[in-house]
Amino acid sequence: MLAVDTLLDHIKLWSTETLIILIKVVVVFIVGLVGTMLMVWFERKVIAFMQNRIGPNKAGPKGLLQTLADGTKLFFKEDLIPDKSDRFVFKLAPYLAFVPAFLVWSVVPLGGNFADGRDGTVKILGKATKLQLADPPVGVLLLLALSSIAVYGIMLAGWSSGSKYPLLGSVRASAQMISYEAALGLSLATVILVTGTLSTNGIVTSQFSLSRWSIIATGVVPFIVFLIAATAELNRPPFDLVEAEQELVGGFNTEYSSIRFALFFLAEFMNTITMSGVIVTLFFGGPQPLKIGGNSNILSFLGPFSGTVWLLLKVLVFLYIYVWFRATLPRLRYDQLMNLGWKLMIPLALGWFMLLAFFRVGQDEGWNRWVVGIAGLAVMGVCAGLLQLASKVSARNREREGAMF
Amino acid sequence: MELFVFAVAGLMVLGGAVGVVVRTHPVHAALSLVLTLFGIAVLFVAQDAQFLAAVEVIVYAGAIVVLFLFVIMLLGIDQAENLHVEPFKIQRPVAIAVGAGLVSLLGLAVIASREHPVPVVTPSQAVTDAALDPHDGNIRALARDVFSDHVLAFELTSVLLVIAVVGTVILARKPRKGESYVTGSAQ
Repeated sequence: MLAVDTLLDHIKLWSTETLIILIKVVVVFIVGLVGTMLMVWFERKVIAFMQNRIGPNKAGPKGLLQTLADGTKLFFKEDLIPDKSDRFVFKLAPYLAFVPAFLVWSVVPLGGNFADGRDGTVKILGKATKLQLADPPVGVLLLLALSSIAVYGIMLAGWSSGSKYPLLGSVRASAQMISYEAALGLSLATVILVTGTLSTNGIVTSQFSLSRWSIIATGVVPFIVFLIAATAELNRPPFDLVEAEQELVGGFNTEYSSIRFALFFLAEFMNTITMSGVIVTLFFGGPQPLKIGGNSNILSFLGPFSGTVWLLLKVLVFLYIYVWFRATLPRLRYDQLMNLGWKLMIPLALGWFMLLAFFRVGQDEGWNRWVVGIAGLAVMGVCAGLLQLASKVSARNREREGAMF
Repeated sequence: MELFVFAVAGLMVLGGAVGVVVRTHPVHAALSLVLTLFGIAVLFVAQDAQFLAAVEVIVYAGAIVVLFLFVIMLLGIDQAENLHVEPFKIQRPVAIAVGAGLVSLLGLAVIASREHPVPVVTPSQAVTDAALDPHDGNIRALARDVFSDHVLAFELTSVLLVIAVVGTVILARKPRKGESYVTGSAQ
């Protein structure tokens, strides 16, 4: 009925299938939690390295257990609920932030055998299954749905606190996340256009060689748009206006303490890891090995785990990039953020999508691909010029009329 | 299993719908609406319409209700309404009449369907195709249907949306110096 896992087709209670599914769920949950803990440590260590500091080094070897210590401390702190808050929504909001962050894991292919065009099924306990919790036919749309649901946690947290600064933070957050969702979806659409499927497993299967990796097949631009939009969606620096300490005390989570604050914190770092996983799945072939010049999988000695290790390595690159962003880039101003989102990212993503669609039509009709490319780029240039002109005219009009509000 | 899913999702839908009407606080009402939308999405998934379920969540729960909440927060109208003040005198009798009409129509439909239990409907080409390949979430069939047979209706819908956007921009704009939107001419 649900069509998310072939194991579920003829399910019986207390069978091997149920056991496998339970094992997969528990493993993903625990690995997610431990991964988040390590991510916090990783971020603090790398930033310390970039800023010539030492970073956490007391708890455990190299400070590895620092997050555990911080988490335990947070659990034992007093749980405050502000007098003016909306109590029910205030208690609900952390879970609304936390659950979507976890659910994204369920559609990311976490490994498996994709060699020679296989679809990543492996055998666990004698049953064929995929190394991902669910493979719905609309997997990518599920990702978009979850990222749009994630707005609720932040938005309601700020509003229900009954306090001014969190409200400002959450209004900023919702405006930002809604704005960048469009660019996110449009750049993702190019991947769907190239791979021809909405299932995450299908997207990974179709990226079987380096030239078929979506980053190359879609021509890099959608990847850059997606990376920027994803950073904005995560509210990570340089798009962290939501929790700009200098302006908003602490942002949407100012009034939260104890375990509820810990849940927001966890959700934020979990989102960073899942978003890296999503980027790798969509643009870098997920668990597919990197093959340069026709050599085979250089990690093949790991046997069935090579896909998972490849995924892990690629995800680590993106986690490092996210930390690097944070250490390098200053925060954007609000109008810069909106200009970037609406006047650059969305038109660029849309234009590139049309260009790829044009190429596709040209391929089907047998047109010369150089002519198609030049004509497409020319049309894009004209459109960009018109857009530029329009925004210049409106800016001049605004200037002449003086401040509107 | 299917009955269980239907019961739970139905309870979500009904509970949310009752919440939208009963809760006096606008934010709580909007959240109840989200509950209803999620219930409908679950019902779609149970009917193998994954695409509709995902779009339901993305568009309605993820964009429209978020915008509702956004407006509620920005305008600061998040206080409980006094229900005894009536802006339009006639709205309650009309609402009762329309509600009674809807209930009687639904009742008639139920009674009529008992007499003719299996309605004969000729499925379109797209529906037949979708039935042949149920595992791609009906996306291809849906796209073929929307972009070929019903392309005119689809484009008209987008024109409608553009008109709505332009109208909003005009309404939200402050009139320029020396012009008035009430009469449409310079004062």
